[in-house]
Amino acid sequence: MKATWQRFKSSYLLYSFRRDKVAMASFAVLVLLILTGLAAPLVSPYNPYDPSSIDIMNSELPPAWQDAGSRAFLLGTDVQGRDMVSTMIYGLRLSILIGCGAVTLQALIGIFIGLIAGYIGGKVDALLMRLADIQLSFPYLMVAIFISAIFQVAFGIGRYAELAVPLLIVIIGLSEWPVYARTIRASVIGEKNKEYVEAARVIGLNRRLIMVRHILPNTITSVLVISTIQVANAVMSEAALSFLGLGMPVTKPSLGSLIRSGFEYIFSGSWWITIFPGILLVIFVLVINLLGDWLRDVLNPKLYKGA
Amino acid sequence: MFAFIVRRIGQAVLVMLVISLVGFSIKNRIGDPVRDVVGERVTPAERAALRQKLGLNDPFLVQYVRFVENALKGDLGLSFFYKKPALKVIISKAPATLELVFVTALILIVVSLPIGVFTAIRPRNWFSRFTMAFSTLGVSIPVFLTAILLIYVFAVTLNWLPSYGRGLTVDIGGWQSGLLTLDGLKHLILPSISLASIMLPLFIRLIRAEMMEILETEYIKFAWAKGLRRSRIWFLHAFKNTLLPVITVFGVQIGIMFAFTILTETVFQWQGMGFMFLEAVERSDTSLLVAYLVVVGVIFVVVNTLVDIIYGLVNPTVRVAGRK
Repeated sequence: MKATWQRFKSSYLLYSFRRDKVAMASFAVLVLLILTGLAAPLVSPYNPYDPSSIDIMNSELPPAWQDAGSRAFLLGTDVQGRDMVSTMIYGLRLSILIGCGAVTLQALIGIFIGLIAGYIGGKVDALLMRLADIQLSFPYLMVAIFISAIFQVAFGIGRYAELAVPLLIVIIGLSEWPVYARTIRASVIGEKNKEYVEAARVIGLNRRLIMVRHILPNTITSVLVISTIQVANAVMSEAALSFLGLGMPVTKPSLGSLIRSGFEYIFSGSWWITIFPGILLVIFVLVINLLGDWLRDVLNPKLYKGA
Repeated sequence: MFAFIVRRIGQAVLVMLVISLVGFSIKNRIGDPVRDVVGERVTPAERAALRQKLGLNDPFLVQYVRFVENALKGDLGLSFFYKKPALKVIISKAPATLELVFVTALILIVVSLPIGVFTAIRPRNWFSRFTMAFSTLGVSIPVFLTAILLIYVFAVTLNWLPSYGRGLTVDIGGWQSGLLTLDGLKHLILPSISLASIMLPLFIRLIRAEMMEILETEYIKFAWAKGLRRSRIWFLHAFKNTLLPVITVFGVQIGIMFAFTILTETVFQWQGMGFMFLEAVERSDTSLLVAYLVVVGVIFVVVNTLVDIIYGLVNPTVRVAGRK
């Protein structure tokens, strides 16, 4: 453990991180946002899921610095009288949860298929990659919208709303696995004829062990590079689905559904219900994208143009 | 070349079969064709009789073949809500979406080409740096948020532009066009700008990257050595070769734009295909949903295939690499 820490301390990764102000700032903001989201019950001033803390008389209060605003609600309240800061923190928490869950699922499916396709090759490879190609020829957002539409019709709106979190993870996971499968396959093909793999084969290790223990660790860099961008994509997809009404219900709002529910009140001048969650979403996605760009440049300059 | 085209079309047919299989499974498992035809107030006996008559008790494969045959004839089933053939409903909504995509594409070309080229030939200029920084921000703003912001500024606060609907349209042989009236054009401005905003950063980056790469090549260096005028090197020699990959990506991105039209149309209550699709989901109008899936699938497959074939025609390395 200590040796790993030492190696990390003298690594190029850390060196270039400490020289890059944009990367450091985005990392700080990202950590702050994630911590706030995870500690939502502790840090948020109110619990937006608790009906007893909500008073309808407080609905549509503007932010505290405006004349009609109240000191108790820094960024104002929404139509149901929920504190904007609290709903946003809880929404951020859901967005993070769904984003990370979906990317984990994508990575699992993608790594599994990519390893098999790359290592076994031949007909299996051709079939799996054709499948990935077919799906990639459609934009992921379209695929996600279709899958969620089908799920919603199949489950019925009420049941869909109950199961929204796991369903969204599955939907976004299914809509983007080909990205991982392709990347992993490419690195596996690059690795599989190297001497250490041949050595492992000569010793007589079985295929599964060679794939998981020997090849997989050497493809992790490329997984890392795409993962950051994929999290940003997943959060965006979730927001888009929720905005369309195919995602989180208004009773358990993510950032996307907050924007959706605030949208209709923009015409009566209550801009804060929509704009604040929107800003938070943009900041969150932006810092991940900035970090992703930096990581891509540092870890794999070759990927830069292709991606 | 002929073999390349045949193989590419074969792939397209394969993809369409996969899509139709997915579409049919949805229809078969989730939808209720009996309801689509007669509604919900029918006795179970009549229902069963109708099921038999419609062939819903046949094996899966037989029904699937029938579905594909009908689809090839242009029959994608009845929409439960509209009481009309689903394809007719979609076609009636298509002009709105197509006009939106067309105007957006126009904005994209007019804005991204000059900016992309400029940032490539003057990478250190402040404007180029600003554009590159801004494009990262641009891809981080979801299209519906841009749309909402535009509505808030230009429709709610300034009251300059309308915020929803298509406005006055003119009927040209069944095509409801909003391009010919001032009111229709006004209604197009905000939706098309917000739709363009999501694609713009990508295009500018792409054009810039391609152009910068071309500017590093030997023949451009040779052109400099020959003492050609700057404008001639930039706009004639380099620009021409930048266009080829850009056109390909443009073709594919037009397809992707259809996905974003669903979001844009929702915000602006734009009566197009995307808006119709979401309504179909809310009403559990399975036939219409499946029909939309198939139609969008066809659009995508046709566009992708055409782009690939055109690219193969212009750039021989593609077809050689694909041959193996």
